[in-house]
Amino acid sequence: MKAIVQAIVQAVAPALWGPRAMVAIMMPFLALAGSSAPALATTIERVVSPGGIEAWLVHEPAVPLIAVDFVFAGGAAQDPPDKAGTASLVAALLDEGAGDLDSKAFHDRLERKAIELAFQAERDNVRGSLRTLVENRDEAFDYLRLALTVPRFDPADVEINRAQILSVLRRATTSPTDIASQRWWETAFAGHPYGRPVNGTLESMPNITIDDLKTYTHRVLARDNLKIAIVGDIDAETVKTMLDRVFGALPGKPELTPIAAASPQGLGRRIVVSLDVPQTVVEFGGAGIARKDPDFMAAYIVNHILGGGSLSSRLYQEVREKRGLVYSVYDSLLWLNHTAVFIGTTATRADRTGETLDLIEKEIHRFADNGPTADEFAKAKAYLNASFALNLDTSSKVASLLVQLQLDDLGIDYIARRPAMIDAVTLDDAKRVAKRLFDGGLLVTVVGKGLAATSTTAN
Amino acid sequence: MCDVLWGVLLTKPAEAILVPKMMMLVLALAGTVAFAIRAGAAPTVTDFTLKNGLEVVVIPDHRAPVVTHMIWYKVGAADETPGKSGLAHFLEHLMFKGTEKNPGDTFSQDVAEIGGQENAFTSSDYTGFFQRVPREHLKEMMAFEADRMTGLVLTDDVVRPELNVVLEEQNMRVANNPVARLGEQMDAALYLNHPYGRPVIGWRHEIEQLDRNDALAFYRRFYTPNNAIVVVAGDVTADEVKADAEETYGKVAPRAEIGPRNRPKEPVQEAPRTVTLADSRIEQPSVQRNYLVPSETTAKPGESEALDVLAHVLGSGANSRLYRTLVVDKGLALNAGATYSGTALDYGKLGVYGVPKPGVTLHEVEDGIDAVLADVIARGIPADELDRAKNRLIADAVYAQDNQATLARWYGAAIACGETVDMVRAWPDQIRAVTAAAVQEAARQWLDRRRSVTGYLVKSLQPEEKRT
Repeated sequence: MKAIVQAIVQAVAPALWGPRAMVAIMMPFLALAGSSAPALATTIERVVSPGGIEAWLVHEPAVPLIAVDFVFAGGAAQDPPDKAGTASLVAALLDEGAGDLDSKAFHDRLERKAIELAFQAERDNVRGSLRTLVENRDEAFDYLRLALTVPRFDPADVEINRAQILSVLRRATTSPTDIASQRWWETAFAGHPYGRPVNGTLESMPNITIDDLKTYTHRVLARDNLKIAIVGDIDAETVKTMLDRVFGALPGKPELTPIAAASPQGLGRRIVVSLDVPQTVVEFGGAGIARKDPDFMAAYIVNHILGGGSLSSRLYQEVREKRGLVYSVYDSLLWLNHTAVFIGTTATRADRTGETLDLIEKEIHRFADNGPTADEFAKAKAYLNASFALNLDTSSKVASLLVQLQLDDLGIDYIARRPAMIDAVTLDDAKRVAKRLFDGGLLVTVVGKGLAATSTTAN
Repeated sequence: MCDVLWGVLLTKPAEAILVPKMMMLVLALAGTVAFAIRAGAAPTVTDFTLKNGLEVVVIPDHRAPVVTHMIWYKVGAADETPGKSGLAHFLEHLMFKGTEKNPGDTFSQDVAEIGGQENAFTSSDYTGFFQRVPREHLKEMMAFEADRMTGLVLTDDVVRPELNVVLEEQNMRVANNPVARLGEQMDAALYLNHPYGRPVIGWRHEIEQLDRNDALAFYRRFYTPNNAIVVVAGDVTADEVKADAEETYGKVAPRAEIGPRNRPKEPVQEAPRTVTLADSRIEQPSVQRNYLVPSETTAKPGESEALDVLAHVLGSGANSRLYRTLVVDKGLALNAGATYSGTALDYGKLGVYGVPKPGVTLHEVEDGIDAVLADVIARGIPADELDRAKNRLIADAVYAQDNQATLARWYGAAIACGETVDMVRAWPDQIRAVTAAAVQEAARQWLDRRRSVTGYLVKSLQPEEKRT
């Protein structure tokens, strides 16, 4: 849901949630690649309902809330090829009325009980979240069941939501951050579903029919591709009943189109897009490492050292601290079901864009050749071990984590195993994996003014 | 007011952020979304003041072995000398440059090694710094923060690159962003005399002139224990926080007299203002109007809570009056809503906005907004709608208890803006006490166009869109 997230960013950047929202973009998963949370490890329960539906539960009675996070594998990658944006439009409409309750009645019921229900499409998933006060628990579960099993897709609501997404897409056409990202993905994954924008395009969005929405919902919202996490003041027995009641009526098996594995294309290219803005926006990235790869943890550590978003990362120190070229520069590992990449972003003044790009490329090459120092390596391991507890201090964070552990198939004991996995990585591993990860060349997209000199590819 | 610039460090999120789709078109609202979450009465919030004048607030939450440690200085962009806009925020950045005792990035390195997170933020009324760390490191954080309250060392070698960083931040947040540029122009027009009219990040031509001496003078004048609040939320008790605070912050002698925070007040506002920002990149026009209203600090008893309810009824969610009327019933807009930003020392701001559908003019959307406002002024709101809004607002207070950092921010901001712990704690009860008559009276008194600025975001100043 990148476009939508970025639309928000544009709106609220100077306000409270600016910087965090800013980079929520497509890496909701980072937090858990590293972790060590003793307290929680013993408290995750695997609950299976009589109907065979599984959820991971943390029973936490301290706050009178319940957080339910759930994910259907499928996402925008399952959009029909000429109907990109279908999953996004479905996600936008799932809380717009269900069963006998039209949109107005449905929103009214939710608001009266302060029930928060949200859906979001991503490349690989349709993600949902429910938040309720304990006292409204049963009613909240009923609304969730209705939303998932008998959504209405009333024509008037479809048109309102379609028009809203079209507005976001129109704005994206002149937003440097959106253009940089979109060009990166459509180049890296040309011809692959990952190359299509999650929100669709100005051409595809008008073509999506109500039948398309219903078909997508029936194909993707099923039990076998569903992961559920529940955190809050609710016990396992209640959860068992709730699971069958809420999710039991969904089809058993999804009808998913097979998606081919893909590697990012265009590495070595620098694509320049001319746009009259004071600040140039840059997206850079390359091939990543799969979550199941034995080198993944080493990759996570070395990426943290290169550009992982702390004040001590190489890119932050070299590009921002020493030279003041940018406000923000970082990169992240991103693992999807059918590919893995690392991807970073920065922004700098037009007259120093070439210098900034050259510096970033030089630092990445230097890091690929030499790897981290022993000191950097030790500090990164210490950080990634100790910081995990910060992911566990709210019900929402824990719910999000438990869903991700299931999506990544890491096992219910992963949190307990993780410190040893980090400790087992050696400096030699790190150097080898730095080479493997960062020596494959970069695809760079650059959006700004007066940039011809920096281009290796005419556009 | 109280736009908040979040942070010296732009970094990755620690968690997924699920975006309610209603948010996706809140595009007319640069700066008006601050503190949308209202926290509730956390069970046992304690506050006390050290001998040197430092106020300490403790919010226990024992669910995870972590703490959020924040220090709030009661100084912000509205306290800058005219001509030096952006100085409060620039100093916020420079506070990461090291002290005599902990030179360079020693503090940040330590935070990283213990697995902590840190950042900082600046608003018109306050400047804050925080770390989120495993609980056993709280005292260490306090010692570092106490040290940099008075021990900052600045050289031109670190100040000059950081000025460029801030200029790039201004580029990112404002210059590249027409919505933010309109927001700046609207604030400048809304405040005829009060310094809230200046952007927190500063005017670019003034940022460019800031230097080391400006920063140090500002630092010495405002960074002192008797002008600060420490908020600790998490797996701690008030007793241990008090002991740790006395051994760290307690050793810092006050170094400046802090007088009352008297800023120039607004005169009687007599003329509605309009501002139009045209940019060829605008693919989606919008209209927004901001009204000058009381803040939580300056309002009469019950008044700011009535404004909370009013803004909620007008424009929060799919069944709010503005969204329902303009988007669903009349089909004029893609989105419409309202917000009240009440956490501020001097003035609050009530904003309404609308985003026209293709083919609908900003005039038509604005007329639609005005009709909704006029109806609430003339007829008030029914009891059922009042109850629904109040329940929703009070529930937000419960939801806020799930997040120690949210609670810490809420208490810190409120107190930095002149409220008390008791006022924060009483907020849900105050909401419960709001009557339909109070909401109607708030609408009648404060939705007064003479005290407002209306902003139009357009592609060009062609006659059809030009608003004069």
